[in-house]
Amino acid sequence: MSWIDIGDINDIPLRGARIVKTQVGCIAVFRTAPDEVFAVSDTCPHKQGPLSEGIVHGQSVTCPLHNWVFDLNTGQAQGADEGSIPTYPVRVDGTRIMLDGEAVSRRTAA
Amino acid sequence: MTKQKIVVIGAGMASGRVLETLTEAAPEQFDITLFNAEPRGNYNRIMLSPVLAGDQTYEDIVTHDDAWYADRGITCRFGEKVTEIDRDAKIVKGANGDVAYDKLIFGTGSEPFIIPLPGHDLDGVIAYRDLEDTERMMSMGEGNKVVVIGGGLLGLEAAAGMAARGVEVTVVHIMGHLMERQLDEAAGYLLRKSLEGKGITIKLQANSKEIVGEDGKVKALMLDDGTELPCDLLVMAVGIRPNTALAKEAGLAVGRGIHVDDQMLTSATDVYAVGECVEHDGAVFGLVAPLYDQAKVLGQTLLGEEAAFVQKTLSTKLKVTGCDLFSAGDFAEGENREDIVFRDPSRGVYKRLVIEGNKLVGAVMYGDVADGNWFFQLIKDETDIDEMREMLIFGPAYQGGEASDPLSAVAALPPEAEICGCNGISKQTIVDAIAAGATDLGAIKSTTKASASCGTCTGLVEQVLQVTLGDEFKMPAAQSICGCTDHTHEDVRRLIKSMPLQSQEAVWQELGWKTRNGCHVCRPAINYYLLADWPLEYKDDPQSRFVNERKHANIQKDGTYSVVPRMWGGVTTPAELRAIADAADKYDVPTVKVTGGQRIDLLGVKGEDLPNIWDDLNKAGMVSGYAYSKGLRTVKTCVGTDHCRFGTQDSTGLGIKLEKILHGAWTPHKLKLGVSGCPRNCAEATCKDIGIVCVDSGYQISIGGAAGMDVKETELMCSVPTEEDAIEVVLAVTQLYREGAKYLDRIYKWLGKVGMDWIVEQVVDDLENRKALAARFELSQTIYNHDPWADHVEAKADKYAPMADLTLEAAE
Ligand code: SRM
Ligand SMILES: Cc1cc2nc3c(=O)[nH]c(=O)nc-3n(C[C@H](O)[C@H](O)[C@H](O)COP(=O)(O)OP(=O)(O)OC[C@H]3O[C@@H](n4cnc5c(N)ncnc54)[C@H](O)[C@@H]3O)c2cc1C
Ligand code: SF4
Ligand code: FES
Repeated sequence: MSWIDIGDINDIPLRGARIVKTQVGCIAVFRTAPDEVFAVSDTCPHKQGPLSEGIVHGQSVTCPLHNWVFDLNTGQAQGADEGSIPTYPVRVDGTRIMLDGEAVSRRTAA
Repeated sequence: MTKQKIVVIGAGMASGRVLETLTEAAPEQFDITLFNAEPRGNYNRIMLSPVLAGDQTYEDIVTHDDAWYADRGITCRFGEKVTEIDRDAKIVKGANGDVAYDKLIFGTGSEPFIIPLPGHDLDGVIAYRDLEDTERMMSMGEGNKVVVIGGGLLGLEAAAGMAARGVEVTVVHIMGHLMERQLDEAAGYLLRKSLEGKGITIKLQANSKEIVGEDGKVKALMLDDGTELPCDLLVMAVGIRPNTALAKEAGLAVGRGIHVDDQMLTSATDVYAVGECVEHDGAVFGLVAPLYDQAKVLGQTLLGEEAAFVQKTLSTKLKVTGCDLFSAGDFAEGENREDIVFRDPSRGVYKRLVIEGNKLVGAVMYGDVADGNWFFQLIKDETDIDEMREMLIFGPAYQGGEASDPLSAVAALPPEAEICGCNGISKQTIVDAIAAGATDLGAIKSTTKASASCGTCTGLVEQVLQVTLGDEFKMPAAQSICGCTDHTHEDVRRLIKSMPLQSQEAVWQELGWKTRNGCHVCRPAINYYLLADWPLEYKDDPQSRFVNERKHANIQKDGTYSVVPRMWGGVTTPAELRAIADAADKYDVPTVKVTGGQRIDLLGVKGEDLPNIWDDLNKAGMVSGYAYSKGLRTVKTCVGTDHCRFGTQDSTGLGIKLEKILHGAWTPHKLKLGVSGCPRNCAEATCKDIGIVCVDSGYQISIGGAAGMDVKETELMCSVPTEEDAIEVVLAVTQLYREGAKYLDRIYKWLGKVGMDWIVEQVVDDLENRKALAARFELSQTIYNHDPWADHVEAKADKYAPMADLTLEAAE
């Protein structure tokens, strides 16, 4: 893995998200209430809703367009809806958020 | 045999344990010299808090006294700092002379971190680390004020200790809840509640800006929002840093701490380190349990035995009487995690377990910590808990666990808590009525009048019946808000007022929420109820809002946004139109459309451009139209007396006034008004939530219209003679709706539930009540009547852009 520093955890609102532009598309970086950080694709498999704009609850996010709910750990849609979003390795070093550069570059994605 | 010369730097808790091991196993083998910067030997540092609180004395916590050292032949050089090490000559230098060593041990502990705020070097600014700090705090008493920066373990123990001495203590914490590293927000809420119960003031999300002094002595702490907190002493407990300066100068490998291997050997031969000053396998330490493990390993190593230090899961307790909390393990990072949450509001208990696969990985509990060590053992042993998962949260004693009880919040209500707001009926009155033989809802209504007016408290009255009568009362099934709770919207609304509850954490805990922090259904509702009932006490939480209300723009199906500036009463000017046209050009707006609400919509604006387009529109004098809100939308008007030959009153002027007064207000659902100048009703006022039709004799005010999924004509509420009266009635009925309606009920739905008679009683007949309602609305508007666009442009424009762009870096 090659960790890339993408910013400070305090730049993401608690129970919120920010996006990071990458070669594999926009990635939503979430921060949950106890300061857990998750990185998943920003794009909802239903009709491409921006997941970074959804309401974050527990370790899930609700898509702002039609309320599909995704587990941020696995990327799986919950309940009756079927679909999933890619998840990306991310870790927090002190207050800095590190995203795995290999996973988000086109080379490994292809 | 010549004795091996051991020199120890620092008489702390870790090195103390090493000395015990060595002198017990081989009393004759070593010649030990012990340096300590503090003018004393080893004491139990963690017990400084009970000393501060007055529960123990310093003498009680001394672990090694003079006799102890003398018996073991240890040369003590207390009050003397080691200043230099000559590794080639194997000599340690102290202020009073050199000592040679065969083996050297660093046990220098850590240093408290002092935030370099202006004024941090004033007299009266201290940390919390040693006896001197403790004594300084003990010199405070009644009449003194102290500010503690830091709401972690140390800060809170300091605060509680001083509060027990009658000191007026304020804790300033930068995060959203206390002890955020050990606790989740629910446990943090309970902790805060009990500390506040001890008279401690707690300020969360508070950023310190400057320490103000007078004659070189601390006088106050200033926060970045301008608040000034006067104090006689300021304690900073914001973290520690391994004490590594000496080791670094001696040329040892140092990262965050002094690097050691599994035998506590540093990068240099014959030099060891233990305690908080070390870094082992990337980790540094701040609790004694692992330090004692390290000490044991080092002792054995020096005795020539084989031993290796292994990092283990840790648990935390807070040494403050009456605050029973426990946390262990880890609830960050990792995939496939699952939560089990249990809350018992009536006992103030909260427990949460974090499970990964078939193992327990973390536990937080508050109020009832009896099972803490059992859970901790399960975590450490990585026990397979699959079989016990169902009952796990109830602890080792339980076979058949109890489900959380939705009635316990009502059971816990104090007798004087108000159940029926319309008639001012308390829980006690209802309980008395039940005792006197009123054993069903009808009888309660007729004997006490509770739930006999607007009826929104019916669910609570039924719960009081159930709690009092037990199985004799059959509860009708009620619709709960969502899967997170068994309570209905109406019950939650009333309990927020009567308990009272002023934060989301309070609602989740006191009403026994079954999830950690709600879901997308209940969070926006609770956020609204709190801000409507406690405009001054509760701070709106954007993260509990749907994207449109968080970003102050309507999201479109392709992820772009629409921007609708206000056009007060539907009236505009050439300058505004030009600014809109310019903005449309500048930001490549694909569609410009006249809305059904008498204003202009710019559709298809990119998220990143929002702050810029808002700034441009702001500069032309325009503000957010709230076209996205559960709040005031538009006030549609007709031309009225200004131009129309039939106009009876200034409908345009009244519409503009109303829109300006109501602008920014949040309501249970959207709120649309119309003002027509005469009964021809060109502003379609009679299909709005609130409609005003002007007539010769004054203003006819009607409510409950709709023209969406349902089409409804308004019902007449009253006629008033003056514009002033009309405005007051509109504000009063808006506030009544804001305070009483269920989230996502438009006025017509609320009207259907509470009835026009009751509304007329409240806002038309009872003049005093009308004024009180209008005054409460105005109070709330002191917070909310402003333009969110301007606020966002100023405070968080940068948050609208991606936090990083890796498209270039990744291409390299
Ligand atoms: C822009 C506009 C249509 C237009 O081009 O004219 C519009 C657009 C939307 N309306 Fe509307 N409504 C617009 C006037 C109306 C009107 C007419 C009016 O206000 O006089 C009505 C009927 C009157 C009424 O409200 O009773 C109307 C009844 C609705 C409803 C049904 C509400 C109901 O209680 O039945 C919804 C759905 C909802 O709110 O849940 C809705 C929801 C929406 C949403 C917000 C859908 C959504 O959630 O994304 C649309 C947003 C589009 C966008 O991205 O901007 N819109 N909508 C109008 C904006 C008015 C304004 O200036 O603010
Ligand atoms: C108020 C308080 C409450 C606490 N409560 C708990 C708790 O409940 N549970 C828990 O697990 N932990 C608690 N801790 C943390 C715990 O006390 C520490 O983890 C532990 O004391 C660290 O031990 P140590 O031997 O590494 O360092 P210390 O005990 O700090 O000893 C280091 C010693 O080295 C001396 N020294 C440093 N440099 C030099 C030098 N150059 N020359 C000579 N001497 C030097 C220092 O003066 C100091 O006396 C608490 C700490 C405090 C301050
Ligand atoms: S009528 Fe339907 S499609 Fe048209 S703007 Fe309103 S919500 Fe959207
Ligand atoms: S686009 Fe996400 S739920 Fe429809």
